[in-house]
Amino acid sequence: MTAPTPDDTKQLLQVSGLHVDFDGQEILRGIDLTIARGETVAIIGESGCGKTVLMKSLVGLITPTDGTVVFDGENLARLSPAELSDRRRRVGFVFQNAALFDSMTIFDNVAFPIRQSTDADDDEIHRRVMKHLSEVGLPERVAEKRPSELSGGMRKRVGIARAIILQPELVVYDEPTTGLDPIMSDVINELMLDVRRRYPVTSVIVTHDMRTAQKVADRVLMFYPRTRLSPDEHQILYDGPPQGLESAADQRVRQFVRGEAGERMTEMSEST
Amino acid sequence: MSLSVSTTNDPPRQPNHGPTPSVRDMLYAWVVQWGSAVVAGIETTGDIALFAWRMLTWLFTRLPQRGTLLVNFYQIGVLSLPVVALTGTFIGMVLAVQSYYQFHAIGLESHLGVVINTSLVRELGPVLAATMLAGRVGSAMAAVLGTMRVTEQIDALTAMGADPIHYLVVPRFLACILLIPALTIMADFMGIVGGYFYSVIVLEIDHASYLSHSRDGVVGFDLFSGIFKSVFFGAVIAVISCYQGFHCKPGAEGVGTAATAAFVYSFVMILAIDLVLNIILDKIYFAMYPAGVSIL
Repeated sequence: MTAPTPDDTKQLLQVSGLHVDFDGQEILRGIDLTIARGETVAIIGESGCGKTVLMKSLVGLITPTDGTVVFDGENLARLSPAELSDRRRRVGFVFQNAALFDSMTIFDNVAFPIRQSTDADDDEIHRRVMKHLSEVGLPERVAEKRPSELSGGMRKRVGIARAIILQPELVVYDEPTTGLDPIMSDVINELMLDVRRRYPVTSVIVTHDMRTAQKVADRVLMFYPRTRLSPDEHQILYDGPPQGLESAADQRVRQFVRGEAGERMTEMSEST
Repeated sequence: MSLSVSTTNDPPRQPNHGPTPSVRDMLYAWVVQWGSAVVAGIETTGDIALFAWRMLTWLFTRLPQRGTLLVNFYQIGVLSLPVVALTGTFIGMVLAVQSYYQFHAIGLESHLGVVINTSLVRELGPVLAATMLAGRVGSAMAAVLGTMRVTEQIDALTAMGADPIHYLVVPRFLACILLIPALTIMADFMGIVGGYFYSVIVLEIDHASYLSHSRDGVVGFDLFSGIFKSVFFGAVIAVISCYQGFHCKPGAEGVGTAATAAFVYSFVMILAIDLVLNIILDKIYFAMYPAGVSIL
């Protein structure tokens, strides 16, 4: 294996020729992208465009049909399961519906990564859990509750606390504001900015909330469903700063940003 | 021959469904259909074997934490005791009811205990305990793990560097194989007690001769074979139910299907394994007791 060049060391993630099929259906094809350390990247696109599949491929939760994902200079496909588990501890994952463990209290949920990966004693675990719950604006009394007793916004905040408790290098957010009211959505946006200010993290945010993309991200990638593209078209329609979305050259990007149905209504009426 | 001209009095024409399929086409379709089913069956069997292999690899490399084990032991073993005891008691009494008239007709009702106890210890106790475990615990395991799959909790475990098979399947497997012998003994015991009380109190069989004949009929090997089989039943319940949960399809229907499949496949496999193990154990039994042990 060749030594990494100075340019490589700036990159935390390098994706080359990524191709993912499910049941013979092409979800992602020929995806090439790099994400630099410290960058906050929003991946936007309509449902079914493959953004969640891309995100899960970045942390090895989905094995690509073809192509490579290099995390901090290491090709994920070449790692053993134990090595892959070890690398995943450097990544914090915030799931769409928080994915908190129902059978555990909030305290045990947030403490799970510490117990799983370190030998910290009970006092240390307690101190760190309480610190992170307070960072996401949750009171101490929440610690003994079960996930089912919390609102959607509180569960998302617990999910963020759990994802950052090991101070990961990369935090991946899957639809962090979906299903929340506008105020709680903004709270989550502020929390994502806060995480970025407090810790030296790289963030990847999968969202279709344009406010999140514009407020939190340094760079936006817009994906388009493979089924709507001609074979030679690239799946990433936009790669640039959030400020450039409104004036993007591609009409499909502007249409998505403005939330316009466009020709979709005609397609729907034709199909019925 | 001239073509007839259709009139309004003609019978209505049958709708045209295209040419009738030939026997060759039907045979082809039949082979394709059954072939796909066989291939799918082989694939699933291979998948379950790989799943079990991964679980066994973890079992021999790193045991789960004590807290995780205890929770599963309590839910799978302790909470199953009452229902296993209750059903065991009823089966013992049902055996007494069913066998009494045949034995009474030939004047051998005092030997009823031998039949009840042998049937329970060798066959009904282990199969009943396993069936109750598959129904109470197997379906619940598939539903819990299926919900965890659907709500991305299994992905969350993986994302946090934990292995879901090590964390979720190994403790359930250990609880099933280590506690099903205790449940089997409970089913045997309560069945024997239920059979005794029904025979002696309701059917008024002589207490002393019932006990004396009972003692003669059951040998240690019978008890051993029942408990030995139960360990395999426990393993099958854990592997099949956890596999169904891990491979649950999305949505409420997916979870429901996984829970049903967990019970149905576990039950079928319990009976299939029971047959195979009985054949093997019988060979060992007759090698040990060439004359056999007469129940009469």
